[in-house]
Amino acid sequence: MRSGLRPSSLAASLIGLLIILFLASFADAGRLARQRAGEQATRGELAAKLRLTDLALFTEARYTRHLSLADLHSAAQDHPLSLEHFPSGSLMPPPAHLRNHAPLDRQTTLPD
Amino acid sequence: MRLWIARQRYLIDFTLASLARRKTKNIGLVLVFALLVFALASVTLLTSALRQEAARVLAQSPEVLLQRMVAGRHDLIPPGYIERIGRIRGVQQVEGRLWGYYYDAVVKANYTFQVAADDPPPAGRIVVGPGLARFRGVQAGNVLSFRSYSGKLFTFTVDAVLPAESELVSADLVLLNEADFRAFFDYPAGHFTDIALSVANPQEVRTVATKLAAALPDSRPILRDEVLRTYQSIFDWREGIALALLSAAILAFAILAWDKASGLSAEEKREIGILKAIGWETGDVIRMKLWEGMLVSLGAFLLGYLAAYVHVFHFSAALFAPVLKGWAVLYPSFTLVPAIDGLQVAPLLFFTVFPYAVAVLVPIWRAAITDPDAVMRG
Repeated sequence: MRSGLRPSSLAASLIGLLIILFLASFADAGRLARQRAGEQATRGELAAKLRLTDLALFTEARYTRHLSLADLHSAAQDHPLSLEHFPSGSLMPPPAHLRNHAPLDRQTTLPD
Repeated sequence: MRLWIARQRYLIDFTLASLARRKTKNIGLVLVFALLVFALASVTLLTSALRQEAARVLAQSPEVLLQRMVAGRHDLIPPGYIERIGRIRGVQQVEGRLWGYYYDAVVKANYTFQVAADDPPPAGRIVVGPGLARFRGVQAGNVLSFRSYSGKLFTFTVDAVLPAESELVSADLVLLNEADFRAFFDYPAGHFTDIALSVANPQEVRTVATKLAAALPDSRPILRDEVLRTYQSIFDWREGIALALLSAAILAFAILAWDKASGLSAEEKREIGILKAIGWETGDVIRMKLWEGMLVSLGAFLLGYLAAYVHVFHFSAALFAPVLKGWAVLYPSFTLVPAIDGLQVAPLLFFTVFPYAVAVLVPIWRAAITDPDAVMRG
């Protein structure tokens, strides 16, 4: 047998290292979550203070910026036959309350 | 036990030597495999972190928002509505919100102008979101001019910039006081954009919404619950779309892996024949190939997953930014709070490692149980 590291030892060390890094990623996720919890709280406080309803992720069109407040006809809201043309819109379903075809509150006849 | 370990080590040594004989092909396979896991894991980690972010942050949004609809479109709330809503039993607090959109033709970006109800800036001053401040290159004390929709030029002094960590909800915000807002947009006195309400008893939110819809038939109440559901479904949808787009890549890889794993080359067949002829048992051949499948797929999974983790949580999913950004000019820079659970990682591990290891086994088993002479002759 040749002297030096056997291929199996090399593979075991490599896979072992990757497994340690994999487990470390969970520990790192916990650390980041603790570290970034304060930042998230700041966002929550601002949302409460300004009564914000949406994330500022898609600022390209008004119905993608505030998509929870979008019109019933948001895809064709600029004029009839105005087809959806913003990239966000093509990747986004209509708001949940519009997909029920009727507002949820109007389906409720009895108090909860 | 020691014997078993020693035996497995020899098998792994042999497997690695055999893989090394087709080095380029196998390294290529691991890299493509890892790339695929990277793409899948990045989508899963990003969407689940965004979903959790929306759920936590928007849990503080107003309990009910009331819009007025005219001809199926969102319209201004006329005077008198707030008083009528205040009389509905169960409503704790009613507040008219004033906000609107402004398209900045200079930089071709959309801003959200909003009146800060609590602690508004003094007249002639605004508070801007960190995204806007970065994009326009302004800081507190600088002056910003906007041409209003009526054609008049308004000049505001930046009072402050909102904290950078709030960018995910405030990137494009311009906060100003009510008088400035009404003057800028020529907003009719006593009118509001929509109404935010809070309800005394959380159990009664739906009942209050029903009463609102009955009292003001032209209104549309939007519950916080619906806002949260909208965001849940958006990220589910986006994840689904991304996975659907990736499915072509997954299929291509599946064909490649199947071809590589299931079709034995003449060389591999001869190798098995020789091993059997020199006394290897069928079980040893299968074990050797099982190690090959495990090393390739587990290595690729771990590499791909780790790269995806670093990409999403340490580089803010930079590769996906163009997809989320669309045509938007203002895109928030944000760091996400990791939200990983075993239920996300386990299926990914199972569906990447297990099929490959099995695909390797089937043809080997078939070749290993046949007569060595027949296998060697092909």
